[in-house]
Amino acid sequence: MARSTNLGWPRIIAVTIAALAATVLPLPGWLGMVRPDFVALTVLWFCLISPRMTGLFHAWGAGLALDAFRGVLLGQHALTLLVITYVATKLRLQIRAFPLLQQTAVIMALLWLNEFLLFWIDGVSGHAITDWRRWLAVPVGAACWPLITGLYARVVARR
Amino acid sequence: MTPHEPDARPLLLGGPALGLRLIVLAILSFGLMVADHRQHQLAVIRSWFSAIVYPIQWAVQAPLAAWNSVRDSLATRAQIESDNVRLQADNLVLRLKQLRYDALEQENQRLRAAHESSARIVQRTLVAEIVRVDLDPFRQRVLVNKGSRDGVFRGQAALDANGIFGQVTRVGPVSAEIILISDPEHAIPVQVNRTGARTIALGTGRSGQLSLPYMPQNSDVVAGDLLVSSGLGGVYPPGYPVGKITEVGRDPSQPLLSVAAEPLAALDRDSEILLAWFDSTVQEPEPEPAVAAQPADPAGGN
Repeated sequence: MARSTNLGWPRIIAVTIAALAATVLPLPGWLGMVRPDFVALTVLWFCLISPRMTGLFHAWGAGLALDAFRGVLLGQHALTLLVITYVATKLRLQIRAFPLLQQTAVIMALLWLNEFLLFWIDGVSGHAITDWRRWLAVPVGAACWPLITGLYARVVARR
Repeated sequence: MTPHEPDARPLLLGGPALGLRLIVLAILSFGLMVADHRQHQLAVIRSWFSAIVYPIQWAVQAPLAAWNSVRDSLATRAQIESDNVRLQADNLVLRLKQLRYDALEQENQRLRAAHESSARIVQRTLVAEIVRVDLDPFRQRVLVNKGSRDGVFRGQAALDANGIFGQVTRVGPVSAEIILISDPEHAIPVQVNRTGARTIALGTGRSGQLSLPYMPQNSDVVAGDLLVSSGLGGVYPPGYPVGKITEVGRDPSQPLLSVAAEPLAALDRDSEILLAWFDSTVQEPEPEPAVAAQPADPAGGN
């Protein structure tokens, strides 16, 4: 993982919008079902790499944008991303020191927490999706973590 | 490298400031969710949000749309000619039908006038293009490129050339979200065309299937029967094709049949749909399943 850096706002916003776009990019059939939560991965990466600039407000804003993007209950992604970002910020020094495999495991736990909270909010608001395939996005997302960190370290964090 | 500069901010993030921010933002999120959930109090904010995100949603599918238009413009002469022949044949058939339809419609209106009930036929339509973005793989919703600026309203019926497509659930200034009849939260009041039996068709979450769980064991329904909208509830115009029965499961131990139907509208293949305006001011004499035409109430939890 790259050094902790202060990335400029334009770059942070551009990457966040790219992640949002990747979330609604049309994919054929089952690929759309296992699509990793790019916004959650991006928010987590920013919170680990540049916690002073991003962190909770960034996560909340990105979550709200995601809600607007997908036309779901306003505030649900905002809340779930907020919670996982809080956990990640609290544990960020440990997570950053972990080897990649262990880091991926932590990310998987956070993604699972994110998905579980979404599932719970869906259920409370009466829109429950009980299809088991919704959980596939969690391991797929975790498997994408090494790729995402590699990509972002090269493309986004470069000065 | 940046020159070293003293930094007064704490090295370890956390403490009360972080927790406070979490609580404030979490309360804000909860507030938004409750306000949005309770009778859509945030309609105005939502519509602004949708206007802001629409350009990005549009941009996401722009390369795909561009590719499709390039492919169309490179269609071979032979293809265009064969299409043309087919369309001319279609046109002939449709015009013949139209001749008969005109006469029937007049007769129908005379009869309805005699019964003092008005025929609710679609008066005006607007073609809307589907914006190819994946809103949610587990729900059957699409985004179209027409919104309140074009007069689109919440609860408006959407049709395609073959039948009923869905209804508008959310309207922004330049875009609208449509819930398909196959969405698990959608129910449409229908009528079996052959017998006139009324029931409700629920979405299943798969674009090729509807389910009709409320038909009693003794109902006269067979595979192949056409389902048309009954018009109860006032969302959909009556008499438009909805689907075709594909399977009737008769299990004598159950009080109700398990009936499956296939939507006639090409739900997963359409690129354009029609938004319909029709006169829905007429009150039906039997408003029993009237609520069913709304997308099932979220709090109802069906």
